Amino acid sequence: MHPLLENQPNKQVLMLGNEAIARGAIEAGVAFAAAYPGTPSSEIALQFFQISKTTDLYFEYSANEKVALEVAAGAAMCGLRTMASMKHVGLNVASDALMTLAYTGVAGALVLVVADDPYMFSSQNEQDSRYYGKLSGLPILEPSTVAEAREMTVYAFDLSEELKLPVILRTTTRINHSSGVVTLGPMRKRQTKGDFIKDPFNYVCIPSVSRRLHPILLEKIETARTMAETSPWNRIEGEGKWGVICNGVSYGYVSDAIEELGFAADFKILRIGFSHPFPDARVSRFLEGCEKVLVAEEGEPYMEEAVRNCAHKAGLPVTIKGKGKGLFSRLYEFDPTLVKTAIAECFQLPVKHARPVPIADLPEAPPRPPNLCPGCPHRAAYVAVREVFGDDAVYPTDIGCYTLGLLPPLRMGDFLIAMGAGIGTAGGFARASGRKTVAFIGDSTFFHSGLSPLASAVYNNHDFTVVVLDNGTTGMTGHQPHPGVDLSHLNLDKKPISIEAAARGLGVEKVITVNPFHYKKTVDALRQIADYRGVSVLIARAPCPLYERGLPGFKKKRPFTVNEKTCGNHQSCTKTVACPAFFVEDARPRIDAQRCTGCALCAQVCPENAIVRVSEKGEAS
Amino acid sequence: MKTIRIMIVAVGGQGNILAARVLGETAVAAGMDVRMSEFHGMAQRGGVVESMVLLGRGKGACIADGAADVLLGFEPSETIRAAGKCNAGTTVITSTAAVPPFTVALGDARYPDVPGALQLLADRVNVMIAIDAPDLAIRAGSLLAINMVMLGALAGSGATPMPPDLFCGIIKEKTKKQFADINLKAFELGMNAARNTA
Repeated sequence: MHPLLENQPNKQVLMLGNEAIARGAIEAGVAFAAAYPGTPSSEIALQFFQISKTTDLYFEYSANEKVALEVAAGAAMCGLRTMASMKHVGLNVASDALMTLAYTGVAGALVLVVADDPYMFSSQNEQDSRYYGKLSGLPILEPSTVAEAREMTVYAFDLSEELKLPVILRTTTRINHSSGVVTLGPMRKRQTKGDFIKDPFNYVCIPSVSRRLHPILLEKIETARTMAETSPWNRIEGEGKWGVICNGVSYGYVSDAIEELGFAADFKILRIGFSHPFPDARVSRFLEGCEKVLVAEEGEPYMEEAVRNCAHKAGLPVTIKGKGKGLFSRLYEFDPTLVKTAIAECFQLPVKHARPVPIADLPEAPPRPPNLCPGCPHRAAYVAVREVFGDDAVYPTDIGCYTLGLLPPLRMGDFLIAMGAGIGTAGGFARASGRKTVAFIGDSTFFHSGLSPLASAVYNNHDFTVVVLDNGTTGMTGHQPHPGVDLSHLNLDKKPISIEAAARGLGVEKVITVNPFHYKKTVDALRQIADYRGVSVLIARAPCPLYERGLPGFKKKRPFTVNEKTCGNHQSCTKTVACPAFFVEDARPRIDAQRCTGCALCAQVCPENAIVRVSEKGEAS
Repeated sequence: MKTIRIMIVAVGGQGNILAARVLGETAVAAGMDVRMSEFHGMAQRGGVVESMVLLGRGKGACIADGAADVLLGFEPSETIRAAGKCNAGTTVITSTAAVPPFTVALGDARYPDVPGALQLLADRVNVMIAIDAPDLAIRAGSLLAINMVMLGALAGSGATPMPPDLFCGIIKEKTKKQFADINLKAFELGMNAARNTA
């Protein structure tokens, strides 16, 4: 049995934040879940994927976040309890559907988990998703701990059902990827079948309907506000004259800092967990008893602006601080010292900091940048593209493991903003610069956001090449399936879609598929494409080596070694291919047999054919 | 109980996350509050993996610079990189066996003088326990058991209040059955090494 299905209320279990969210959903009777993976949200979907194999919970990896939200919305319209989970930038993709779903509302329940990533541990920006609450009018809940993530998720379903609105559960990386002790709650039965009751004049958002639905949404927002006013998620601790208003992980830092500073009796904390609609009256009452207030929140001054608004409306002269020099920044994530320092500065308190040992004279640790793995097919494709198009071409790229191709010596990646934007921007680069343009996109990203820009490029007669780096999985986030992936080895009946057929179906006339580990054939295909005018697609297909080793029938290939007698020490292998299985010893390249996957790329690039496969007896053959 | 802040640093693939999980589960079994946070972005791709484990009272799940009670480093240059987390009272437990990043392997970066750097750090912290973790792991039966060697060294250092038996029970329960004996042996070798060094 999956550990999250354990029906032992009150049992204490150590859980990852994302597991706690999935557990909360299971306890609340979630019947239908969908997601597109994205760090730091991915482990939520992983739990549902596993659980769906042995229970009647429906789960799917959808092609993108918008589809995940929409498929969950459809099920929620039939009265089910549903969840869609995604990372913060995924909500940008889903937002078009979300804005008007707020007008129709839902018949059952829909909880949308959005995981923000302050400091951008693994993201392209650190946008603050709380503004989506304001933009859409939907309620937002923000847990401060892993234990609370479970409790709040259960509540989010009830709230959604009561208001007939989607509810946003907003987390940050330090919740998703933290672990804590969770007390299990009781399990509610899953209701997996529902019915859709037609009501087109409330559900079909033509202008005349929406004009009527918008005021209904505004009423629901006010109902939600009255709930936020008395919500136990917005709680006050302490009775001092100095106020600190905080949310999410900043609550833990504030709470610890106040104790460490030694003036606990002078403070009172307002922890906001139900942050949209903002509980204005409750905040005003909190402000009334304060001499001075500090707002501690990562990201944008979302609460700070709301708190200032409350003070203004109530005519309170209290000093309110938050973002600003010497206090909090809008950048990156908080840590205990940063929060303690800001509180001490704001309230003019003496602060005793931890005293780190001096480290200035310690030698610097060598950088350990992430890199494409040994045997990664993306490296092979990049080496071939560089050989044919060199530095002259422009290389818009996309989001996935292959983004790491921007590092030297591959240097494949000139522009990166969003999923699918490699193909989208390519037409602009090609037309405006007149330079050869080669856009990279992964297989999962192709299905996520690559189809419409490809159609648009064909129709508008653009001239560029798309290289689809097809490793047969969603690599970066942990090997989730996408619409091109066959899952019959897991006894899952999916209908994989051919990328070639998709490209041809969208009108691309020049489509070539290669195995990038067949180096010469790949270079030849690229040379053919170099002379082609119009939109061309090269599909470079070979499995992700990490994914492949978990597939049935996988046999490890014998590794390669450098034949020292024939090696001319040109170092094309280490300077051009730069696979992490290489190391340099006595100024000559060597191969770590433990790390070599036997992909044979370097052997084809070596000018002396000095890189050879180790024989079955373990010798150079 | 005073909060115990344990910073664990390793290279992707060394089993840091599992070690942190076993440590956390052991503390839960001992009735302590536990907060952990992990940073494993792109770990499989050769990057650095950090875990922060906080035992006892408090609410945050993060360790500020100079605030670690224990720095557990599975690789010596990573121990050096994280040295700023230490203060004069910190117990440092580190493996001495280098795992050079590919930047060093390919001659683009230099690997530091590890023994020298560890000696400098040792003079500034309370205790330094330096062990050859891969060697002990291989003696236990598998190089993959480095994480259990390091966990054993932590238990042997006396820096956490949980009894070794409790760790062993969790190792049996939470790690793969076919590796249980190797893991327990690795834990024991690490524990003894720490006791002999400290």
